[in-house]
Amino acid sequence: MAETYLDSTELVLNMGPQHPSTHGVLRVIVKLDGEKVLGTDCVIGYLHRGVEKIAENRTYTQFAPYVDRMDYVASVSNGLGYCLAVEKLLGVEATPRAQVVRVILTELNRIASHLLWLGTHALDIGAITPLFYCMREREYVLNILEKYCGARLTTHAFRIGGLQYETYEGFEQECLAFCDMFLPKADEYEELLTGNRIWVERMRGVGILSAADCKAYGVTGPMIRAAGEKWDLRKAQPYSGYQNYDFDIPTGEFGDNFDRYLVRMEEMRQSVRIVRQAVAALPAGPIMAKVPKVIKPPVGEVYVSIEAPKGELGYYIVSDGSTQPYRVRVRPPSFVNLQALDKMAKGCLVADLVAIIGTTDIVLGEVDR
Amino acid sequence: MKKLLRKIFLADLLEGLWVTFRNQDPKYIVTEQYPFARPKVGERYRGAPRLNTNPENGETLCISCDLCALACPENLIVVGWERNAQTKRKELVNFTYDTSRCMFCGLCEDACPVDCLELTQDFELANYSRDGAIWDRQMLEEGPKPARYKF
Repeated sequence: MAETYLDSTELVLNMGPQHPSTHGVLRVIVKLDGEKVLGTDCVIGYLHRGVEKIAENRTYTQFAPYVDRMDYVASVSNGLGYCLAVEKLLGVEATPRAQVVRVILTELNRIASHLLWLGTHALDIGAITPLFYCMREREYVLNILEKYCGARLTTHAFRIGGLQYETYEGFEQECLAFCDMFLPKADEYEELLTGNRIWVERMRGVGILSAADCKAYGVTGPMIRAAGEKWDLRKAQPYSGYQNYDFDIPTGEFGDNFDRYLVRMEEMRQSVRIVRQAVAALPAGPIMAKVPKVIKPPVGEVYVSIEAPKGELGYYIVSDGSTQPYRVRVRPPSFVNLQALDKMAKGCLVADLVAIIGTTDIVLGEVDR
Repeated sequence: MKKLLRKIFLADLLEGLWVTFRNQDPKYIVTEQYPFARPKVGERYRGAPRLNTNPENGETLCISCDLCALACPENLIVVGWERNAQTKRKELVNFTYDTSRCMFCGLCEDACPVDCLELTQDFELANYSRDGAIWDRQMLEEGPKPARYKF
């Protein structure tokens, strides 16, 4: 306790759940010494909807729309992971055409997710302009998704065994037009931010998480790549035909906020590369594999993970042989990445805490599920 | 030396300003003037549900097979039907669709064997009460009628 009013004690501050820079409803209890963060404690669960429990009372087909609501900025990836998991359980594989369309849509969605991240994160730091530009370019992706499957955000684009919808007329051209349009725009964002001294000062050397720490916490995605680890599930255990595409894994050096930003920028460009190759290789053929109308997988369990924009997204499904899953467990990348917040935030300033939460790229719908 | 000059003359900030200046070009304006101009949504858009009728005689296409109600993850569709004693066929009496619980996944539309239930391009579903969000057969056949205000 302070003896006189000049003595200082630790201050416990409550940040969130209604704080705009927590990107949702994250509540962080921060222990402060002046401006310095001594420790953080995350309180989550404000957006808990019990998705995993809902799965136990839905058929396999019926549960597919619910997974879109977890990571709602990258719902296509969520749907892909779930469909792959159930397909593995059933022992079927999507048709070649379905696989390529899936790759195109997933990569477009990755760009959209990273654009939203870049815009909101720049807004947290104080740069308002990129938000408008990012939203403008993201609109093109959302329009492609809307034309393809009828929804912009919670898409429900894939079905177990393939696709429900055939590509619309002009789909390939629109994807390529977006790729051509997007690359100069990405350079424009870099022009705005990468050299900007305020941006660099705020990001460089803040929130360092080494590769060893990443592994200890189970952190995946752009965060572990920023720490210099070449770990990408698209290369490490290719799914949905990713082994056919030529792309690089961007890595950082220091594992700080700035590296995470650079890695994500480069990832968008690599996604453009993949989309171009996939559109060029789009085969003709059926879009739906032979899947029974009533999906009744054999007794067993399966774990399938994919590289979502935020990291490793895994589905663990236990089947008891009935039409409904016995248990569905989701390994959400945001939730696991958020664990490392305390490690990164210790010793930094309150304003940096906002930047660190930003580069962790959490979506609370996925953290709380 | 070049680095120092760049720092002194705020080159990095001016470059950013130049980007924002370039983006003033009216061809980059994408804002939609919503109530004045309504956006045109995609052909496959999953919006307000509709029960299609036969355009020739106005009879419903629904055969009361209940497949949409079974497909719905939220169990929000209730199909009310009666067996006609003379023709021995099911006849649709009422059809309730709770749009307040609907997540527009499109599974009911996929399940419909006669293309009767369809999610349309109408996206203005707001109403003043919770009861108003539960649509009956008449509402589903006629579709929503959002108010068009004059400005």
